[in-house]
Amino acid sequence: MITKRIIACLDVHDGRVVKGVQFVDLIDAGDPPSQAARHAREGADEIVLLDITATHEGRQTLLDTVRRTARELFVPFCVGGGIRTADDAAQVFEAGADKVSVNSAALADPTLIDAIGRSFGAQAVVVAIDARRDPVATDPVREAQVFVQGGRKLTGRRAVEWAREAEERGAGEILLTSMNADGTRAGFDCELTAAVSEAVNIPVIASGGAGTVAHFVDVFGRGKADAALAASIFHFGVSSARSLKEELAKAGVSVRLPC
Amino acid sequence: MHVTVIDYKAGNLTSVLKALRHLGAETMVTDGDLSLVESAERIVLPGVGHFAATDRLDTTGLTTAIRAAIARGVPFLGICVGMQWLYAGSSEAPAQPGLAHFAEKCARFPESTKKVPHVGWNSLDVRPNSRLLAGVEPGEYVYFTHSYKAPATTDTAAITYYIEPFASAVERGNVMGVQFHPEKSGATGLKILGNFLKWNR
Repeated sequence: MITKRIIACLDVHDGRVVKGVQFVDLIDAGDPPSQAARHAREGADEIVLLDITATHEGRQTLLDTVRRTARELFVPFCVGGGIRTADDAAQVFEAGADKVSVNSAALADPTLIDAIGRSFGAQAVVVAIDARRDPVATDPVREAQVFVQGGRKLTGRRAVEWAREAEERGAGEILLTSMNADGTRAGFDCELTAAVSEAVNIPVIASGGAGTVAHFVDVFGRGKADAALAASIFHFGVSSARSLKEELAKAGVSVRLPC
Repeated sequence: MHVTVIDYKAGNLTSVLKALRHLGAETMVTDGDLSLVESAERIVLPGVGHFAATDRLDTTGLTTAIRAAIARGVPFLGICVGMQWLYAGSSEAPAQPGLAHFAEKCARFPESTKKVPHVGWNSLDVRPNSRLLAGVEPGEYVYFTHSYKAPATTDTAAITYYIEPFASAVERGNVMGVQFHPEKSGATGLKILGNFLKWNR
């Protein structure tokens, strides 16, 4: 039986894993290769590395980080942050990523999705969507709005429609972050996740709002998520992806165990 | 231990090469140098993306060279689209023939309430005498990402269930194929690649 995936996420700044709230007060949390290897060893089904440096000088550092991280990693490995062109993506794949995640660059030029998909296959293109419910809309969830620049800039797109377009253009997965839920630890936005997941035929990875194991059970059930991002997995009482998955299995969620 | 890896410009070879090297193999990549197929000790045909891309194997002469290598008994492993190519063809690109080492054709998952592509970790129901999958215990998981699949037949080495049962691995003599990505399937995947590297007639 196909299992629900728990994806470990590493935020990387200048070649180091960092932890912080809203990219402020960053604390050094280690070397990406050893952190990624540890998550894989401890049962993560996939690793996402998000580069939050986003400067031109940071590009070579990122490629070096990807290369070193990929070297001993034998689970799917996705890299996002600062990928603006198909050439950028090609370099990241060459360095050892299996998938790239694109967000604002795809909104600025949606044909970027087609271009990467054509060269590397749909399975290699993850479109990340940062969405917030539209409080004045008739249906705040189905009309949730897409933002860029960490939620500061409205794009004029609706999350459900943008996810559909991304799929049509050749995206292989959607990484959906709810800006309402992000940082609250009050649970995923299951309504939004379900609305997007039902609108597309590709997997949806839920992100934002996890605070307890029950929140994961909820997003895999009611939220119809295919995978969930565990960004700060150690903050909610589980020591590893494996122990999270053991709890999920007890709650009846199909997960990869033993792992 | 030498492995010739075929590059037909469908997706990225980095992960496959990395896993083979991790297991101690020396890898040589060819996108048309037939001598590397003619002298091959083992051949791996990776591949992600569209079945139509296998057209390049025909135009470069690789198909003929691979067919001869297989006839000589060289161990061959096709991964993902590389496995599907071992069949007569695929409904993804009906005009493009496969190698037809296995007579059946690949087809898209049927319409259902479940999503297509099939993406994620799923388990294997392994045929007892499979050499490629030796040591893989019931309940071990591997990573899939695909929309087309081969039917289960007598050559099937493992069955996986998604919408319907399909061949997640195929094996007849020196010719083997896996629909999943062993290079991305953790310890289980490395064990399977290791079995291929140890395969002797």
